[in-house]
Amino acid sequence: MSHLAIAPILLPLLTAMLLVVLQALGRAGGGRRRQRTLSVASAASFAALGVLLVARADGAAAPEVYRVGAWPGPFGIVLVLDRLSALMLLLTGLVALGAMLHAVRQRSDQRAHYFHTLFHLQVAGIAGAFLTGDLFNLFVFFELLLIASYCLLVYGGTVARIRSGLHYVVLNLVGSSLFLVAAGTLYGATGTLNMAELAVRTAALPAADAGLVRAGALLLLVVFALKAAVVPLHFWLPSTYAAVNPAVAALFAIMTKVGVYGIVRVHTLAFGPDAGVATLVAAPWLLPAALVTLALGALGALASRRLRPMQGYLLVMSVGTMLAPVALFDASALSAGLYYLVHSTLASAAMFLVADLVARERGGVDDELVRGPAVARPALLGAIFFAGAVAVAGLPPLAGFVGKALILAAAPSDGRGWWLWAVTLGGSLVALVALARAGSTLFWNTYRDRDDDPFDPVVHGAPTAAPATAGMVAPAVGLLALVVALTALAGPVTDYTTATAAQLLAPQPYLDAVLDGAVPADGGARRAGAGGGAP
Amino acid sequence: MTAAIGLLTALGVYLLLRARTFAVILGLMMLSYAVNLFLLAMGRLRGSVPPVLTAGAEAAGAGATGAAVPYADPVPQALILTAIVIGFAMSAFVIVLAMRARIALGTDHVDGHEPVRRPR
Repeated sequence: MSHLAIAPILLPLLTAMLLVVLQALGRAGGGRRRQRTLSVASAASFAALGVLLVARADGAAAPEVYRVGAWPGPFGIVLVLDRLSALMLLLTGLVALGAMLHAVRQRSDQRAHYFHTLFHLQVAGIAGAFLTGDLFNLFVFFELLLIASYCLLVYGGTVARIRSGLHYVVLNLVGSSLFLVAAGTLYGATGTLNMAELAVRTAALPAADAGLVRAGALLLLVVFALKAAVVPLHFWLPSTYAAVNPAVAALFAIMTKVGVYGIVRVHTLAFGPDAGVATLVAAPWLLPAALVTLALGALGALASRRLRPMQGYLLVMSVGTMLAPVALFDASALSAGLYYLVHSTLASAAMFLVADLVARERGGVDDELVRGPAVARPALLGAIFFAGAVAVAGLPPLAGFVGKALILAAAPSDGRGWWLWAVTLGGSLVALVALARAGSTLFWNTYRDRDDDPFDPVVHGAPTAAPATAGMVAPAVGLLALVVALTALAGPVTDYTTATAAQLLAPQPYLDAVLDGAVPADGGARRAGAGGGAP
Repeated sequence: MTAAIGLLTALGVYLLLRARTFAVILGLMMLSYAVNLFLLAMGRLRGSVPPVLTAGAEAAGAGATGAAVPYADPVPQALILTAIVIGFAMSAFVIVLAMRARIALGTDHVDGHEPVRRPR
């Protein structure tokens, strides 16, 4: 048995521990550089590992199962590496590397201790959530990534961070309670928390238990929707992502995708098209919720008076855009949704970094969308902002356009398709207007004359940031270059996502791989651990 | 048990909707107690039998009364233990955060500022 599947959890966990040691050793001074080297090297290795795992999942016929402690069947903890997990891990690695490089370049990792440790703990939690094949371990990894995110959120301890941090923490603690209620309900109905066994048991449940398992499935949907910031559970996101350290905001762009991943994973595997009494229990709720999310995200972006909350709303909008095709539970739509997920995660992360680059050169105006001082290199930052805006809005020629075109092409020809077309296109237009207004305000509506400028640092002595150099913009440019690469490689990538969608919608190989023939599909023996697996 | 879960949940939700951090934290704790009890109840209580799966015990499922050797299901207890440990850490964190917010913001209102009262 290859141990590669558990490496994405172990690598960041071990890095985090080593970083604590380095921090303790380095108190005397000189430890910071070593910490950074280790941290960046680990993030880069994680991204390389992601490439390796995608290649591995692409080559394998069936999902690869890693049994922790070699416990058989559904009894032990299992990690499952399939196409979707591998893709999400690669995406995590790329975004984390970009965010980490930005933090190091901008020295925003120096405001307090343990930034790098927390960062890698967060990555470990995200990786575990993508890999686990067990509902309860999904909860545990959620908690791991959440506690790291709580600390990263209030990292540096500014007033805005503490204020929005309190909301975020309380909301997510309630979400965790709901997760446990959902897990308990499903355990009570089916007697298992292993997702594969859950799928088998759910499909065989008698109609009398339908209410219980459907309630559990929908409660899980609520929990994942809270993580993914789906309307009406999106209120926390814009203010939180606006207050947080920008590098962390870029990393958080992948955290909402954990919620999306949860919805895709659980609601295709256990409550998918062949789930007996719980067949497609989420579908009637998910599509309207996704479309409303899309619309409200676009309107929120238009109404934002600051650049960072605007990026938050655009992130909310992108979540709606990718969940709408998922809600159709159709292979080509799911594939399009996954392609858009990859694109929008990279583009959103890049835009959080760009927003930081622009805001820190505008003195006291910060990211407010009002007339302010010009940035030192308007051509450089303006070009990057323009490219990022094109990517986020989904305009040609970048991958967002390809993704949206694929989504619209996959729309069914009934009423759902009409809504999908109308809301997606309308939302894109509104987002385009918002981004165009923001860009023209930031780069063109500036003070020419120093004496006019109420915020001029030379005249008024406000602190100023050094103008962005090529090294500083490199992480954001790198993420945008990945978007360009995604556009150029649209063919191979859509081949991969098509195969991923096919794998998700035909989960029998997944079930066979995890259960290894240990669990008969009998609805009767609900509570007992079925016999054959025990040694 | 059902009444206890219901009461704790009601208390928790009521306290969560208060505007002061202290009440909100108490509400979170009440809610986590309710969840732990709920997990215990969903695991189907079975007293005075060992949580050991012996030969012939497989069929002793829910509602099966003595057809085979009964055993207590250890999984819910493991879940509750994990939930308690995680809940403890989270409570500690949120208490510290609330105290920090009280110091940094000068108020214990959950919005970080006192509600604005408009003169009539």
